[in-house]
Amino acid sequence: MTGIVLPERAARRFASSGGNREPLARAALVLLAVVAVLTMLVSLAIGPIAIPVLDILPHVPGRVLAASAGAPEGVSVRDWIVVTEIRLPRVVLGALVGAALAVAGAVMQGLFRNPLADPGIVGVSAGAGLGAALFIVLGNTALAPVMAVLGIYAVPLAAFIGGLITTLLLYRIGTRGGITSVATLLLAGIALGALTGALTGLLVYAADDQQLRDLQFWGLGSLAGSNWEKVASAAPIIGVMLVSVPFLARGLNGLTLGEAAAAHIGIRVQRLKNISILLVAAATGASVAVSGGIGFVGIVVPHLLRLTIGPDHKYLLPASALLGAILLIAADTLARTIVAPAELPIGIITAFAGAPFFLWILLRKRGLTGL
Amino acid sequence: MNQFKLAEEPSSSELRVERACISIGRVQIVQDVSFNAQAGEFVAIIGPSGSGKTTLLKAMTGELAYSGSIRLAGMETGKLSAEYMAQMRGVLPQASQISFPLNVAEVVGLGVIDRRQGRDARARRIKDALAKVGLHGFEGRGYQELSGGEQQRVQLARVLCQVWEPVADDGSPRWLFLDEPVSSLDIKHQYQIMQLASGYAAAGGGVVAVMHDLNLTATFADRILVMKAGKRLSFGRRDDVMQADLLSDAYDFPLALTRFGQSGVPLVVPGADTAG
Repeated sequence: MTGIVLPERAARRFASSGGNREPLARAALVLLAVVAVLTMLVSLAIGPIAIPVLDILPHVPGRVLAASAGAPEGVSVRDWIVVTEIRLPRVVLGALVGAALAVAGAVMQGLFRNPLADPGIVGVSAGAGLGAALFIVLGNTALAPVMAVLGIYAVPLAAFIGGLITTLLLYRIGTRGGITSVATLLLAGIALGALTGALTGLLVYAADDQQLRDLQFWGLGSLAGSNWEKVASAAPIIGVMLVSVPFLARGLNGLTLGEAAAAHIGIRVQRLKNISILLVAAATGASVAVSGGIGFVGIVVPHLLRLTIGPDHKYLLPASALLGAILLIAADTLARTIVAPAELPIGIITAFAGAPFFLWILLRKRGLTGL
Repeated sequence: MNQFKLAEEPSSSELRVERACISIGRVQIVQDVSFNAQAGEFVAIIGPSGSGKTTLLKAMTGELAYSGSIRLAGMETGKLSAEYMAQMRGVLPQASQISFPLNVAEVVGLGVIDRRQGRDARARRIKDALAKVGLHGFEGRGYQELSGGEQQRVQLARVLCQVWEPVADDGSPRWLFLDEPVSSLDIKHQYQIMQLASGYAAAGGGVVAVMHDLNLTATFADRILVMKAGKRLSFGRRDDVMQADLLSDAYDFPLALTRFGQSGVPLVVPGADTAG
């Protein structure tokens, strides 16, 4: 864990030199943006076929504008198709999902005033999964009319609604008088996760072979099967979330003082809570709909960032989006190359990295959480 | 015989509480309490634990619903928005746990709600506020690592940032609502903070504080509201309220008063029959 402890010490030294962590946070944002671009390029380049990415990418905008699918001159058709039809949608989807999960985690932690809150851990992802599973299995039969109206947005919307209901339930159960009990929150999350898992399990009996495979892919989470249609279904929801979340920064900062004190400094707490819950559910729903249950991104990313740049949401939220995108693209690159030509579900990798991390936070915070 | 005589014209520089009743759940905590505070004075609320002092304060700050009337500058506080109230008054709660490892400058900075302030003005305000509460140079310290007394002073610095000028640009006074502001402080800092609060009042602001320490109250308060079992037992000028029989009744405990020094500040001590 030295890699994690060291930045914390550095941050502490920095903090004791005057208390203003903003320059550090701004530098971190620039660094993260650069690393995000590099990670994307590397992920596009490596795989079963090595691709000269820098030769191909400059042609992409022109082709999109010309609405032409063919390979430009001087680029092999194979390389062109691998990049534009396989790897690029996958990298874009990975970036969107990683950013959404990390920001959803950061917002949820701010809302519940607890560093252990995360859509995956407290059952919101499971609720979103149930919503999406309903449409995957019943989309051609019982829910066909809805599917016909909503098209590719049906599954993300259903996942959003499932996530929203779970988040609202959690908030009602876990929070009393503005104070969230961590134990209640986590235990309620386990119960809600089990319940939605059981309901999803029931759907298995109504599923055919292809649907069973789809459901299986959900349990572990994967970006395999990424295509532009999935990007198109998730991008608007995640995009709206990423654009609106900076407006929550001041409110979430105020909420660190508690709900009453936040109201005293002029924050409309109820409105803040409503918007936060909506955004968390929307982002989680959209992510789960296209990539299944990828865990721990929402807990690892904001926590690492708080240790280094501090808990100011003005910087924490955009930095979470960037680091979330970086980590998920990196994990996905690992997932599709480590056992090539086969592929690991990315959820396995994030769980391997994230679960011990979660336990580490738990041990450090044991005194604070009262668990 | 006119029962419908006009209510006193509400002044823009007063806090007026009329027949306030406050319930939490089905339990009525505060019954029919009336008092007022003028800008420029320090009003203390005293009374035994559980007498409804904090509940009354929370209704005044907009945290709890009430029936009756609580008007600040002539406006019913229950109808004002959080943003508007935040411009007019700051609130120091009893205890403040924060959920993430903010440093002291970041906590105090949450009180700088005037968004027109530039980065430098903001940093200067934070620095000045910390100096006022005797925490000069604490900017980079982790809030969660401070002692309870230091945390309380950091919170007060935050509140001061919010209502920095006791009188706003338009001439209306600002208010400080303090819930046991010195409860976890040592004697030196108790006096410093009390002087700070009464200085705020002297400069034209209004201060309403829930107090436990009767001697500090006797030293600094201009007027005193005495609560007992959710009701107003007495309200008046310090010297009228600081009476042995009244205080003994309020606390159900024999108390006596003596005068200390040339200033003649009343000093509350246990009554004769408890000394043996």
